[in-house]
Amino acid sequence: MSEIVLSATPAHLRHGSNIGQPLTRRDGILKVTGGARFAADNHPPGMLYAVLAVSSVARGRVAALDVAAAKAHPGIVEIMTSANKPPLALDPDAKTNPFMRRLELLQNDRVRYANQPIAVVIAETLEAATEGAALLSPRYEEEAPRVRLDAAESFVPPAVGVGHPSEAEIGDVETGLAGSLRRIEATYETPTQFHNPMEPHAIVAAWDGDALTVDTPSQGLAMAQARIAELFGIPAENVLVRSPFLGGGFGCKGLFTGPQVLGIMAARLVGRPVKLVLRREQMFGPVGHRAPTQQTLRLGTDADGALLGLSHHTRTASSTFDDFFEPASDVSHTLYASPAIRTSYEAVRLDTGTPTFMRAPGEASGSIALESAIDEMAEACGMDPLAFRLRNYAELEPISGKPFSSKALRACYAEGAERFGWKARPLRPREMRDASGLLVGWGVGTATFPALMFQGQARAVIRKDGTGIVETGAQDMGQGAWTALAQIAADGLGLSMEQMEFRSGASNLPDAGIAGGSAHTATAGMAVAGAGADAIAKLAALATGDERSALFGAGNAGVIARDGRLFRRDDESRSESYADILNRAALAEIEGRGSSAADPIAQANYAMHAHGAVFAEVKVDPELGQIRVTRLVGAFAAGRIINPRLVRSQYYGGMIWGVSFALHEHGEIDPRSGRPMNPNLGEYHVPVNADIPSIEAILVAEEDRHVNALGIKGVGEIAITGTAGAVANAVWHATGRRIRRFPITLERLTEPAPR
Amino acid sequence: MTEPSASPRPIRVSVNGVDHERTVEPRLLLSDFLRHDLGLTGTHVGCEHGVCGACTVAFDDQPVRSCLMFAVQADGHRIGTIEGMADGETLHPLQMAFWELSGLQCGFCTPGFLITARDFLARNPDPSEQEVREALSGNLCRCTGYQSIVAAVLEAARRLRQAPLAGLGKS
Repeated sequence: MSEIVLSATPAHLRHGSNIGQPLTRRDGILKVTGGARFAADNHPPGMLYAVLAVSSVARGRVAALDVAAAKAHPGIVEIMTSANKPPLALDPDAKTNPFMRRLELLQNDRVRYANQPIAVVIAETLEAATEGAALLSPRYEEEAPRVRLDAAESFVPPAVGVGHPSEAEIGDVETGLAGSLRRIEATYETPTQFHNPMEPHAIVAAWDGDALTVDTPSQGLAMAQARIAELFGIPAENVLVRSPFLGGGFGCKGLFTGPQVLGIMAARLVGRPVKLVLRREQMFGPVGHRAPTQQTLRLGTDADGALLGLSHHTRTASSTFDDFFEPASDVSHTLYASPAIRTSYEAVRLDTGTPTFMRAPGEASGSIALESAIDEMAEACGMDPLAFRLRNYAELEPISGKPFSSKALRACYAEGAERFGWKARPLRPREMRDASGLLVGWGVGTATFPALMFQGQARAVIRKDGTGIVETGAQDMGQGAWTALAQIAADGLGLSMEQMEFRSGASNLPDAGIAGGSAHTATAGMAVAGAGADAIAKLAALATGDERSALFGAGNAGVIARDGRLFRRDDESRSESYADILNRAALAEIEGRGSSAADPIAQANYAMHAHGAVFAEVKVDPELGQIRVTRLVGAFAAGRIINPRLVRSQYYGGMIWGVSFALHEHGEIDPRSGRPMNPNLGEYHVPVNADIPSIEAILVAEEDRHVNALGIKGVGEIAITGTAGAVANAVWHATGRRIRRFPITLERLTEPAPR
Repeated sequence: MTEPSASPRPIRVSVNGVDHERTVEPRLLLSDFLRHDLGLTGTHVGCEHGVCGACTVAFDDQPVRSCLMFAVQADGHRIGTIEGMADGETLHPLQMAFWELSGLQCGFCTPGFLITARDFLARNPDPSEQEVREALSGNLCRCTGYQSIVAAVLEAARRLRQAPLAGLGKS
């Protein structure tokens, strides 16, 4: 329901009957019947299959490809190499803004990482194309690869993440640490991680002259459209990108990738539609990863456990040819009060693909190190880890000194601890065992993630039959955009979900901004709410200015839109249906437009973050070192909750990613060959059902008047943070062993402690 | 020289109760046969080596990884895919429970979970939570919806015990 006070601007928005409801997802039936069409499920007439040939070396050049042998295989239509690739309008190595990747599009014979595409085989069948790729039998001139964090000279990156300064300081950390009664210093290592959505990157590309239609999973439809247009030198409106469903994204489907462009080039080359789907092992290289880090934390406190200094230094890596530096230290800017905080970075360049955003980029890597260090500091102070966190609770954002727009973290700590039973925790480690003799440990971690917004647009239409349409090119990666945004859209138009058609998932709709940064519901949601309000305002102007309307003259009092009718705000007995208003005005429909962006004034005045507290119990076999997470309770405060059912799913998923970060995921790169050694879902471990206990996610009430008019923060990434540290801290509490190399595996837990 | 074994072969496969006759290459995977030749794209391919479970189909009522089988191995057999799980317009109780209890997010892994769970509940109609977790540990959900998937399977089991005929699909 929108309430429009016509005498005041901007229109004030109230919340109607749909926002806040735990609706089941509207795409659910399609997904349980096999009817949801993912990119690779498309099969236009005349379509050919393309398969990538990828490099088995990490550094060097391709000396030879046996194109003749591959071409001789029955069913092969064409082999696309650097010799015959179609021309591009833009250098694939050009980078004009931080939201684009430098791409390998067969521009030369250089190999800059393992699994880099070196040719594309196009055939009548997938089987022929796959065989053709094998028959290319590449020969290489190989150079020694550099793939470890210690393999190259480091430098200070000019910026980390997207445009964040690589050094920040308040106070004087060295003075703070020197004046501290207690100090700790520890270095934590996090591994290379690969996103591995269940759906590999896939593209079906069909050219019609200079117009192009592509089906491909994208977290950023408008960016993808623009990227394709500039690469091929065609107008953006000639490019239609469809992505109604993504089979998971987690960041690797954000910036358009090389293999997706190669699919389009292949279609151009052969003049027929082409489908290109990455094999699972090809997901380990050309589509991004989370870079490894070494993080050194130095903390010091006074006699009462109050922090006097916090230094967080990260060493990480990007590729040799492009920049993305995992902003791991930045998490120390916001969480714990200290008069002196310093964050810094150094980086090396490695012969790997370029790292990219991966679910909680920076926050996840940084959080597990910071939360471990905070626990080590609490232990040094002889304090309960939760009491220590409360002792250092930040009332203002430490790095900026700004007040928080809202921060219900105390309530998260309290509700989570109560539910978990934290107060029964013994202070010292290795003091709890279960009936079968397993060591039991409890750990806590604080969760945090910034409340971001991007720019988005939407269009709303009310038709003369009283129904509505709302359009925005949003992306549903599984988080539930089809449902949550439709809830906001219906309320914006004062209609039920059934009376409104919600259109999304394609680039010919208004740009909804990217599905990333946990900002999509806020960004696209504010745009659709605004579009609805705009349409309602126009409808209200028609009615209140018309003598024949029951609402005539209500302009100053204002109207409320609800159930397809406008009601006079000060006298709800006077109302009129949308259909009557439009019919009398002889209008087929009325259109509203909405746009959204972060409010720069609010941003200047407030620090905006979601928060949470996660409590974990682990059991460890004292002989074998086997670790099991047996309980997990998270309590999160993230502003207004549009759909608690969907939000809980995000928290559950994030918490399981946190467990995975702490105990499972580890991309192993062979230092001799530079190749990923576990490029498959059998050896790149992610949790299965049996690894995960019954978990709880508590939705802590929080109202935020500053982040945006709907009060929405993000929920998609926060739960990894906090959880990973809580699990690591629980392992210490169970065993007395502090493992600082993640993931904590049984071999690391059982190897003799360094002397 | 073309090896005799590489020549296309005729096969006859019953999929969701419908007989299909095709001539296929021996190297054609069952998953690709279902997706490309029959257009049954609800069966998804996630890992191509039998680990993730997204491509699980029923093979003579037994769940198998269709990415680990060749189409020619299905000659003369019955295959059940997600497209045949509902009884006409009536969803299988597992489908209903996955939808209602949010046992899915992106939905890519969902068909494999459903086919696996249907077989599991046929063998164990009254499972414990831990038994469900064990039975579904050959299916990966990266989103990751394990909590709600387990809840959905337990709820479907409860409904199936009350109305056992509701679980009869085509295969």
